Amino acid sequence: MTQKISLAHVHKTFGTKQVLRGLTLDIEKGQSMVVIGGSGSGKSVMLKSILGLLTPDSGSIVIDGQETVGLAREKRTAIDAQIGMLFQNGALFDSLPVWKNVAFRGIQNEGMSEDEARQIGKQALRRVGLGDELLDLFPGALSGGMHKRVGLARAIASSPEIIFFDEPTTGLDPIMTDVINHLIEDCVQDLGATTLTITHDMTSVRAIADKTALLYKGEIIWHGDQAALDASEDPFLHQFIHGLAHGPIEVEGQQLEAALAGLDS
Amino acid sequence: MAALATIGRFFLGFFAQTGQLALFIGQTLAALTRPPFYFRMIGQQMLRIGYFSLPVVALTSFFTGGALAIQIYYGGNQFNSEAIVSSIVALGITRELGPVLGGLMVAGRVSAAIAAEIGTMRVTEQIDALTTLSTNPYKYLVAPRVIAATLCMPLLALVADILGIFGGFVVGTQSFDFNAAIYVQRTFSFLQFDDVASGLIKAAVFGFIIAIMGCYNGYHSKGGAQGVGRATTNAVVSASILILAANYLMTALLFSA
Repeated sequence: MTQKISLAHVHKTFGTKQVLRGLTLDIEKGQSMVVIGGSGSGKSVMLKSILGLLTPDSGSIVIDGQETVGLAREKRTAIDAQIGMLFQNGALFDSLPVWKNVAFRGIQNEGMSEDEARQIGKQALRRVGLGDELLDLFPGALSGGMHKRVGLARAIASSPEIIFFDEPTTGLDPIMTDVINHLIEDCVQDLGATTLTITHDMTSVRAIADKTALLYKGEIIWHGDQAALDASEDPFLHQFIHGLAHGPIEVEGQQLEAALAGLDS
Repeated sequence: MAALATIGRFFLGFFAQTGQLALFIGQTLAALTRPPFYFRMIGQQMLRIGYFSLPVVALTSFFTGGALAIQIYYGGNQFNSEAIVSSIVALGITRELGPVLGGLMVAGRVSAAIAAEIGTMRVTEQIDALTTLSTNPYKYLVAPRVIAATLCMPLLALVADILGIFGGFVVGTQSFDFNAAIYVQRTFSFLQFDDVASGLIKAAVFGFIIAIMGCYNGYHSKGGAQGVGRATTNAVVSASILILAANYLMTALLFSA
């Protein structure tokens, strides 16, 4: 199959901290890739590097056959136009009502009229199960779940070919988590988009992933499909998917064994 | 060795900040000259920066003009004070106090608000969202604020000039029984076009400083609410210091020629 996104030997360092250490990952067209990993493993840096918000120190990131590392922002307009992104906390613009948030790209870049933009806003909200009564509300008036859904509506409003999800279910109750997972699944199937999701949430992984990759200390140390996920005997993967305190994964910022010993004594 | 390392770190930090600010200004100037231009955003910012700053600038200049008149009256020759008070109030307000005090008041109000708003957008990933939605944050967020502040500050300074002189006039005529007609006539006979123009040029520069320092500190804020608080403080302090430094430089340039 054709690679839609391809990362090869990507390195990124902040000061003395090496966050990405030769990260390599391929995502096929139409595939739903989920990258899991603990806090500080480099998931967000990977995502921001693909989005061009951070520039890797070295390595290659190819989107749709075009190398994007070192590409000036104005030269990646065509790539950006086919990308939708759901941020962890929605990242809705506080100063704009919901319909302007959802149709932002059309209003700013395509000179869309207000009527047209409202229509796009309505349609996108309906796709994520929200009613027209939300159109004129400001993000401050929305609940956490609605925030996420409006963020999802914005991400899919322009029918992008690639959608990124940054911890889409973090901070939501189990029911809303299930709602968001189903919405992501439905939207992605409708659009036929290629998606990359980063999450800690194994429920999301099982609901939306075609393929899963485990990121640890800036490298992909395991990847495989759902069947392989359950069958794998990889000790790192086993510890992560079962949420075990003991195992080969070191918890960032502390000596876990010492901390647990301290609690026991 | 530790002391040398501290000094070294200070200078490295200072030069890094200066370089980052220079790059930020460069990006902003590039955004100012290339389309798209967000005229509606510029209008909104002119309302927020200019119109809503009017009361604070008006009150500051009115009372400063009044205080200046009292100082000159009691500090100078009280028997020939009518000519001195009116002329010094007019010159002092238009050349220095109108633009500088107006600039400092607007720096406190606007620079802080800009830094807080853009800083919050930064830490809540709204600026990243703008970028992923193919919108240049320099054009959408920074340029409209810089244009609005640079255009509005001279207008605010003009209001400050008028109300500052009026403050002096009220104190002179009400407290010291100056003749109103003579006071006005003396004011206009001393005041030259260059006095007012120099103040307005200064005010435009102060407007640019106020907006750029608010945007710069907000844009580079990090670390959640604490980071936004730090950005707000830094914006006001740096804008105020730069206004005073720029005022000195421009006064030297404009009046030594």
